[in-house]
Amino acid sequence: MPRVVITGLGIISSLGNNVAENWDALSSGKSGIAPITRVDTSDLKFKNGAEVRGFDPEAHGLKPEFLDRFAQFAAVAAREAVAQSGISFTPELGDRSAVITGSCIGGQDTQDAGFVELYRKGNSRMHPMSIPRTMANAGASHISTEFGIRGPVYTISTACSSSNHAIGQAFWMVRSGAVDLALSGGSEAPFSYGLLKAWEAMRVVSPDTCRPFSKDRKGLILGEGAAILVLESLVQAQSRRAQILGEIVGFGMSSDAGHITQPSAEGAATAMKMAMRDAQIAPEQIGYINAHGTGTPLNDPTETKAIQLALGDHAKNVAVSSTKSMHGHALGAAGALEAVATVLGLQHGLLPPTANFTEPDPACDLDVIANQAREQQVEYALSNSFAFGGLNAVVAFRRWND
Amino acid sequence: MTEDVTAKILEIIAQQKRIPPEQVTIDSTFQELGLDSLDAINIIFEIEGAFNIAISDDQARQIKNVRQMVEGVNALVAEKKPA
Repeated sequence: MPRVVITGLGIISSLGNNVAENWDALSSGKSGIAPITRVDTSDLKFKNGAEVRGFDPEAHGLKPEFLDRFAQFAAVAAREAVAQSGISFTPELGDRSAVITGSCIGGQDTQDAGFVELYRKGNSRMHPMSIPRTMANAGASHISTEFGIRGPVYTISTACSSSNHAIGQAFWMVRSGAVDLALSGGSEAPFSYGLLKAWEAMRVVSPDTCRPFSKDRKGLILGEGAAILVLESLVQAQSRRAQILGEIVGFGMSSDAGHITQPSAEGAATAMKMAMRDAQIAPEQIGYINAHGTGTPLNDPTETKAIQLALGDHAKNVAVSSTKSMHGHALGAAGALEAVATVLGLQHGLLPPTANFTEPDPACDLDVIANQAREQQVEYALSNSFAFGGLNAVVAFRRWND
Repeated sequence: MTEDVTAKILEIIAQQKRIPPEQVTIDSTFQELGLDSLDAINIIFEIEGAFNIAISDDQARQIKNVRQMVEGVNALVAEKKPA
């Protein structure tokens, strides 16, 4: 089977508005969690979030009346990824390329603002761009148009697994030869009042910060942003002498077919096993796991069990971190942000830590990289995403060292 | 008043779980009633609305049985009344 490599990365998150700024924060354990500024939090039980800062869409030539914030993020991340890859989309390549993105809530920010006008302010009109701005594929469609990518273009919405499902699907399409190249990742912009109120009602958001796997963890912290990866076959990348940043070697998915919100260790473990099977690697070859690690009381011990089920005795030897402690839980963009963190960690031989970690939890009996990045050369890594609705998606990466 | 609170809470739990009211007693644990964390936040949501009180996440997390729920709600309702 053709090998699939990563030749471009683009990212915007609370950690910075490009790859360099993000890596700087990820590798130094610096968290982007801070008081929420986009929404008045006086009526909210939680006050902190991981917001993108200093981002002006107009400075990027993006018109807010045409593109919701989540799609603006996707556009900016795609540009950085394409620029790094050195790809130029000829009409022929455009026909054979795909854009597959993930987003959980799409342009909910637009919808929220429109409904305030309608229901609260009593205006009888909605903005004429409300529908195209709200659609979850707005980011994918913008990327397609901007680069002339005319092959398969679509968006996957599977809550917090959206991006991993998207990246996995794109990986399979390149590997199968269905397309020559894919831009894949995800984007999200969840900081709107209505949505924050809905999260408040779930009682899973931390009142202070996000401390995955730490005994005193109190919940997740919402984040926003986007990340896009350029995926292409090894043969194509080598023939155009592209710089190869990493390799995707496997993808696994599963459904718990159980509870709508309570995670299942068995379901999550199945997705991890399927990813290793797809990659034709053994548990002993995995050196790092970028965990789903939301920092909720329920997720982290369940994920610990899942890792132990999937890796057996080797689970104790695997370095684990949750970078959500730094960039927050970006929902449908989570897997994409974490893919970038994983690829950079493998590339630099420096595994990003779990920030805000204070105290080990016996129920999370893993080798958690606490607070400081760890210098370690790892060949294979897994990146986990587990969604409400019981949908699990795991991507397996390999360090590029040929 | 306390009896009213108890009766209302029992009623909300029975209604949410779609079980006969007589199955829910002050001595029932959430586990016995088959309530998971999502049932619990739905019940707490209904109770907050019925008594016009706010139950914090920390309080919500500690409640494991009907008696704790009734005692907690009584305390919050009492706090609302001027001394």
